[in-house]
Amino acid sequence: PVSLPSAVGQCGNQVGCRFWDLALREHAAVNKKGIYDESLSSFFRNVDTRSGGDGPDIYKGKICSLKARALLIDMEEGVVNEILQGPLRDVFDSKQLITDVSGSGNNWAVGHKLYGYQYRENIVEKLRKTAEHCDCLQCFFIIHSMGGGTGSGLGTFVLNLLEDEFPEVYRFVTSVYPSGEDDVITSPYNSVLAMKELNEHADCVLPIENESLFDIVNKIHQMIDSGKLGSTVKQNSLVTSSAGSTKTVQEKPFDAMNNIVANLLLNLTSSARFEGSLNMDLNEISMNLVPFPRLHYLVSSLTPLYTLTDVNVPSRRLDQMFSDAFSRDHQLIQADPKHSLYLACALLVRGNVQVSDLRRNIERLKPSLHFVSWNQEGWKTGLCSVPPVGHSHSLLALANNTCVKPTFIELKDRFMKLYKKKAHLHHYLHIDGMEQSCFSEAISSLSDLIEEYNELDATKGGPRTDPSRLKIAV
Amino acid sequence: MSIVTVQLGQCGNQIGHEVFNAICSDVHGTHGLCSKKENESYHDACKERFFSEEESEVPVARAVLVDMEPKVISQTLSIAARSGYWKYDDRSHFCQKQGSGNNWANGYSVHGPRHEEVIMNLVQKEAEKCDRLGGFFTIMSMAGGTGSGLGAFVTQCLRDAFPTSFILNHVIWPYGTGEVIVQNYNSVLTLSHLYQSSDALLVHENDVIHKICAQLMKVKQISFRDVNQVIAHQLGSVFQPTYTAEGGLHYSRNPLGDLMETLVPHPEFKMLGLRNIPQMPENSLPYSTFSWPGLVKHLRQMLIANAKMEEGIDWQVRPPQLRSSIPSSHSTNKPLHFNTSIANLVILRGKDMHNVDLGSFRDPSLYTSWLNPQDAFNAWKTPRAFNKYEKSASLVSNSQFLLKPLDNVVGKAWNMFASK
Repeated sequence: PVSLPSAVGQCGNQVGCRFWDLALREHAAVNKKGIYDESLSSFFRNVDTRSGGDGPDIYKGKICSLKARALLIDMEEGVVNEILQGPLRDVFDSKQLITDVSGSGNNWAVGHKLYGYQYRENIVEKLRKTAEHCDCLQCFFIIHSMGGGTGSGLGTFVLNLLEDEFPEVYRFVTSVYPSGEDDVITSPYNSVLAMKELNEHADCVLPIENESLFDIVNKIHQMIDSGKLGSTVKQNSLVTSSAGSTKTVQEKPFDAMNNIVANLLLNLTSSARFEGSLNMDLNEISMNLVPFPRLHYLVSSLTPLYTLTDVNVPSRRLDQMFSDAFSRDHQLIQADPKHSLYLACALLVRGNVQVSDLRRNIERLKPSLHFVSWNQEGWKTGLCSVPPVGHSHSLLALANNTCVKPTFIELKDRFMKLYKKKAHLHHYLHIDGMEQSCFSEAISSLSDLIEEYNELDATKGGPRTDPSRLKIAV
Repeated sequence: MSIVTVQLGQCGNQIGHEVFNAICSDVHGTHGLCSKKENESYHDACKERFFSEEESEVPVARAVLVDMEPKVISQTLSIAARSGYWKYDDRSHFCQKQGSGNNWANGYSVHGPRHEEVIMNLVQKEAEKCDRLGGFFTIMSMAGGTGSGLGAFVTQCLRDAFPTSFILNHVIWPYGTGEVIVQNYNSVLTLSHLYQSSDALLVHENDVIHKICAQLMKVKQISFRDVNQVIAHQLGSVFQPTYTAEGGLHYSRNPLGDLMETLVPHPEFKMLGLRNIPQMPENSLPYSTFSWPGLVKHLRQMLIANAKMEEGIDWQVRPPQLRSSIPSSHSTNKPLHFNTSIANLVILRGKDMHNVDLGSFRDPSLYTSWLNPQDAFNAWKTPRAFNKYEKSASLVSNSQFLLKPLDNVVGKAWNMFASK
C-alpha cells in the first residue's frame, strides 16, 4: 500500500528531505539486486527516463529512475531549491513542487486563507496527478510545523483539501509543536489555529516537540563524548545520524533532530513495506489507537537511540529497549506517559525480536502503567523482520495517552497571554476571510479537547466498576 | 475423499503453510516404523486428502490462499516452492493491496461481497480437482480483520455454495494480553457468525501453544513460526490417515465427516479442542520412551482437569461420583474445575496400539447424560508413527474447555463496548 507524504513549509521540507534520504538508504540496504519491488513502490515510482523527462512508470524489473511520491510545498523558495540542487535532485520533478517567493510571514492566516485560496487548484491538480500514479493509495502524510505560517496555515489547508478530495484515504499528520522559548512570537496563534484543523480533519496526529528532539540529540552527544561508549557505538546506527546517506554537506544544527522525525516515519511504515511475522499497516494504527475520533493524538518514542557494535544482544538489552520506550526522556514530546492514563498503546518492533520478547516485556511493564478501564489489556503489536540500517532491532512505541494534555494546556496559556492583549491580532484580521470568530472557535476547540482529556484523567485510579452484563455459568 | 483448505489472512496463510509442511515431512521424513505396505497405504491416503497430482513433479496442495494484502501470500508461495517437496498451485490465490485494518466490518461487509465471485471461483476450481470432495478446512485468526471478517463471510459463502459439504473452521484464539486492541470485538463477531454456517470450530489458543513452546519444546526465543509449527504438528496428528473402525482394512476416506459424526452430535455445541502428547524438543526424542498406558492416563487427566499440556496437570481433579437417579449434568455435587465432555475422540499413532485399554475414556461420569458413553467416545488408530514420535496420542474433544476463555473475551468486548 502506498503512502504519499506532503511536506509543507520550511520545517516540513527539511524533515522531508531527511526522510527521503534515509528511505533511499534503507531500501538500498535491503534491495541488493536493484529490482523495483512492492516495498519500494510504497514511497517511490520507477520511471523510464530514457526518453527524457517524465517517461512512463515501470512496475516491474530493474530500477530505472526512482521518483519520490511526494508533494513539496513552500511559500519561500530557499529550502526547496536547496533540495533540488542537492543529491536528491533526481528524486523529484517540477510537477511535485509548489513554491512562491515571499513566504507567509509567520502568519497562519496568510498560509491558510491567502495562499490556500490562491493555490487551491494547483494543489488539487498536483495531488490528483501524483495519486494517479499510485496503485493503491492508503495514506497521506503531512509533515509540517505548527508555529510558523506556511507549514501551519497552508499545511492545514492541504489537510482540509485532502479530506474533501480523497475522503477514503487516511490522513496522518506529523506536527512539530513550538517550544516555550520559540523565537516566533505569534507561534501560539498559529499553533492553536492549526490545532482546530487537526482536531477536525486529521485521522491521526503525531505531535513532536523540538525540546524533546534537542534533549535526545544532546543525550547522544554526551554519551559519545563522555567516552563511556567509546568506539563501540556504531556511527550509522545513531537515530540522529545521516551517516551512510547521500548527504555529503556538513550537517546543519537541525539535521540531527530532523533525522529523528524521519526515522519515526520510516519505522511507522516499515511493517507496511517489509515482511514480518505480524504485519501492522497504517490503517490498523488508526483502528486500534483511536477509540474516539477526536482523541487521535499519539505520543511516540523510538528506541534504541544507538546501537553498540557488540553483535550479541542478550535479552536484557532487548528488555532495556522496551523499558526505554516508556521512559520520559525517550518521548518525542515533553510528556511522561508512565504517570498518565493510556487509552491504547502500540508496539512495532523491527529486526530480530520475536513474539516471546514482546510478551515478556508487556507482562513486565504492564503493572507500572495505567490503562483506561475499558481497555485494560489492549495492546497493538507488530513484528517486522527488517531492522533499520545499522541496527539489529528497534522499537517504535505509539501511545494514545493523556500525557499530551500538558502540551495543549501550555499552548492554550501562551495563546491566551497574547490574545488577552489582542497583540499582533491585526496582522491576521486584515487577511480576507479571517475574523475574530476564527480565534474564538479555535481556542474553544482546544479547550474542549483539553476537557475530554481531563474527564479521562478523572477516571484514573478510581474504583473499577465494570458495566454489568449477563453472567454465564463458569 | 479430498479436503480443500482455505487459508485466510496472515495467520491463516502462515499456519496453512506449516500444516502442509508438517504433513509432507511426516510422509517423507520417516518410514513410520511400520511395514512398507502400511507406509504406502498411509502415503496414498494422505496424498488423496491433501494433494493433487499434476504435471509438476511435486505434489500440489489443495488450497486456496486469500489475503487482503500481498506480502504474506507471496512469501508463503515462494517458501513452499523452495522446499522441493510440495508447492501451492500458482493460480490458487487472491490478494489485494490494502489489508483490512483489523476491522472485522471491512473484512465481512466490504472485502467479502466485493471479492466473493473471484474467491469462490478459486474454491470451485480446487473442488473440481477433487475426485470426491470431502469438505473444507478453513484457517483463520479471530483477532485481525481479514481472517476474522472475510473468513466469516467466506464460510457463509461456502455453506451456500456447498450445502452438503462439511466445513471445519480452524480458529486461532489470540493472546489474552493483546495483539490487537479491538481483538475482542473481532472475536465475538467472528464466533457468532461462524456458528451459523460452520459444522465445527477447532480452536487453538496462542497462550497455550506459547506455553508448550516454552516449557515443553524448550524454545528460548519463541517466534510465531515456532508457535505455528506446534499447531501444525497437532493438526497433522488429527488429519493424517487413520483406521476409524476396529479391524478396519482401509484408511478412512472421509476424515471430516468422521470427525463431525463422532464429535458434533448436537449443532449447538461445535467448539472442539485439541491436545496432543508427547511434545518435546527433537533432540530429546532418542532419550525418551513412551508407553501407551502412560500416554492414555495423562491424556485422560488432561481432559478432566482441563489441562492444555502434559506438565502441570492437576491430578486432584476427579470425575464426580455418579448416582444413578440424578442426571449428571445438573448434579450439584459436580466438583468445580471438572471439565464435562459431550464427546471425545482419541487418536493413537504408533506400533502396538491394537490392545491399548481406553476404558477410562468410556467412563460415563466424564460425559453429559444425553449421550450413551459408547456413542460419546471413539478411537482412531494407526500403527504408523507420526512425525518422529514413535508413539503419540491426540485427543479431540467437545467439552467445556473453552468456557473460561470465551467468558473472558465476551467480558472484555462488553467492557469496551459499554464504556462512555
